[in-house]
Amino acid sequence: MSSTLRIGASVSVRYRPRALLVGAAAALLALAVGVLALGSGDYPMSTSDVLRTLTGGGSPAEDFIVNDLRLPRVVTALLVGAALALAGALFQSLVRNPLGSPDILGFTQGAGAGALLVVLAGGSSLALAGGAIAGGVATGAAIYALAWRQGVQGSRLVLVGIGSAAVLTGINGYLLTRAQLMDAARAMLWLTGSLDGRGWRDAVPLLIALAVLGPAVLLGGGRALRMLEMGDDAAGGLGIRVERVRLALLACAVLLASLAAAAAGPVNFVALTAPQLAKRLTRAPGPNLLAAMCTGAALLVTADHLAQHAFAGHQLPVGVVTGVLGGGYLVWLLATERRAGRM
Amino acid sequence: METGGPRLAGAELTLAYEKRTIAEGLTVAVPDRSFTVVVGPNACGKSTLLRALSRTLRPSAGSVLLDGQDIATVPARRVARTLGLLPQSSVAPDGITVAELVARGRYPHQGLLRQWSARDEEVVTDSMAATGVDTLADRLVDELSGGQRQRVWIAMALAQETPLLLLDEPTTYLDIAHQIEVLDLCARLHEEQGRTLVAVLHDLNHAARYATHLIAMRDGKVVASGPPTEIVTADLVEEVFRLPCRVIDDPETGTPLVVPAARRGAVRPEGSRA
Ligand SMILES: Nc1ncnc2c1ncn2[C@@H]1O[C@H](COP(=O)(O)OP(=O)(O)OP(=O)(O)O)[C@@H](O)[C@H]1O
Ligand SMILES: [Mg+2]
Repeated sequence: MSSTLRIGASVSVRYRPRALLVGAAAALLALAVGVLALGSGDYPMSTSDVLRTLTGGGSPAEDFIVNDLRLPRVVTALLVGAALALAGALFQSLVRNPLGSPDILGFTQGAGAGALLVVLAGGSSLALAGGAIAGGVATGAAIYALAWRQGVQGSRLVLVGIGSAAVLTGINGYLLTRAQLMDAARAMLWLTGSLDGRGWRDAVPLLIALAVLGPAVLLGGGRALRMLEMGDDAAGGLGIRVERVRLALLACAVLLASLAAAAAGPVNFVALTAPQLAKRLTRAPGPNLLAAMCTGAALLVTADHLAQHAFAGHQLPVGVVTGVLGGGYLVWLLATERRAGRM
Repeated sequence: METGGPRLAGAELTLAYEKRTIAEGLTVAVPDRSFTVVVGPNACGKSTLLRALSRTLRPSAGSVLLDGQDIATVPARRVARTLGLLPQSSVAPDGITVAELVARGRYPHQGLLRQWSARDEEVVTDSMAATGVDTLADRLVDELSGGQRQRVWIAMALAQETPLLLLDEPTTYLDIAHQIEVLDLCARLHEEQGRTLVAVLHDLNHAARYATHLIAMRDGKVVASGPPTEIVTADLVEEVFRLPCRVIDDPETGTPLVVPAARRGAVRPEGSRA
């Protein structure tokens, strides 16, 4: 199960070979689909041409198509997938419930409300992204405050979150009816989750957030998260500052989910499915943050590729594909959890 | 350890959940190297007291002193290396094996670069052997019986290797033989390794037999404390549990044995014994 890597007498690192393998396989799959996506479109290119162009050896036309037109979208897809999956894995572990994900707990809807308000005010795309982040973070703070009773219990957070999601969905519906026709169409597209026309502008904030929060959460949070799963008293007894750690990890998760929503809209179900898929593949207890991230990236880049090319002549927003796939998964999950007597 | 007082004590504690006050002005001392047992009726605040003593619950007034220092100001990791807690209820993560769960007790001794030392391995193996769960090492915790699970949690607390150990109802769920086994284990930890133990027990006779120091609580107050032979009387049991009883000598150990009074009318008439 677990193996230990020892360097000298003082350094020992525990890892699960299977979890590492799953993570590596998912990462490879994500990159392979990414390269495939870079070669697909109105101007198809072979894999070797794509790789040559990526490393700077392409013609100016190829360089423009791959590096300027297609690469930002693929990179955004990878990052959004990884960020959503990490956020989802954190939420699910913190609330000890496989249904705890930002799109079910209302954080995504909150980001949606923020973005819609900006659309109504006629703001730019950049302002829209800012609105989404502000909306997500504000919702996170509100849910935390509402669920607070001398500490925040997972089940309370889930209940308050589901309630907030319902309220915010209603508010979003109302905001949509108030929007001008053009704005409403733009808002709808954003609300479905789409990677259309994504540029570096969208990818960079997410890249920075993942580069900073990712290692902090993976290295600092992973082990503490494992202890938290045993209940607050047990974790406290083992020396975890329960409320502090929980608040910090929740904040990271909300930030990641909001930034992902700002970049691609509320792409549903990735945050829900990727960590669970990773968990089943790794067969490891506890949160498998790294494997979940890689799985999320693979899932989203694949979904986006399908959305663009699976239906000849019809490009779908990626949120439609993840919605259909993830919705099916959710039904399955509810059925099996029910059978296992856990709901 | 600068003062002459005990390593663990609570002074003038007010313990509350939100606005619900459970205890006020509660003062307890855990004698060093004692096997202290806390008894009292359900909901009198035993678990709450243990939470406060282990810093899981912050007192709204008063302070818990660990080695003479307010425990709230001691770094969390140092507390966890000094004092272990077996909570009344914990959640086993999905899909975790016995050995993995017990290994989590090593957390306070580990770091980012020191995740699994030879010492960790040794202590985990010993803890599982001491609680008799070594044969279950690779089983899933979800799939164990209540009593087996309880012993796994005790093994986890042991693996923490702390000189002070707080156990909230360690014998609940266990059959009589395993209850005695766990209590014997506690007695050994206390006698052979000099650890200080605090356990919440519901069985007064076990408490009287094993405790070197007994704390009887009711409604968030300490009603009596001291060696069981000195404080366990019919009056005390009546006062704490509202249970009429007789206290006789335990024929095995000579410690107090609490025999609840018979229901009225259920007393067998003299001489009817066959
Ligand atoms: N997390 C909590 N929030 C609010 N009230 C609580 C909480 N935990 C316990 N209480 C209340 O505090 C009081 C004391 O509870 P505690 O768990 O300390 O009792 P106990 O003596 O351990 O009882 P038992 O023998 O049943 O375990 C009870 O009235 C209980 O309802
Ligand atoms: Mg209790």
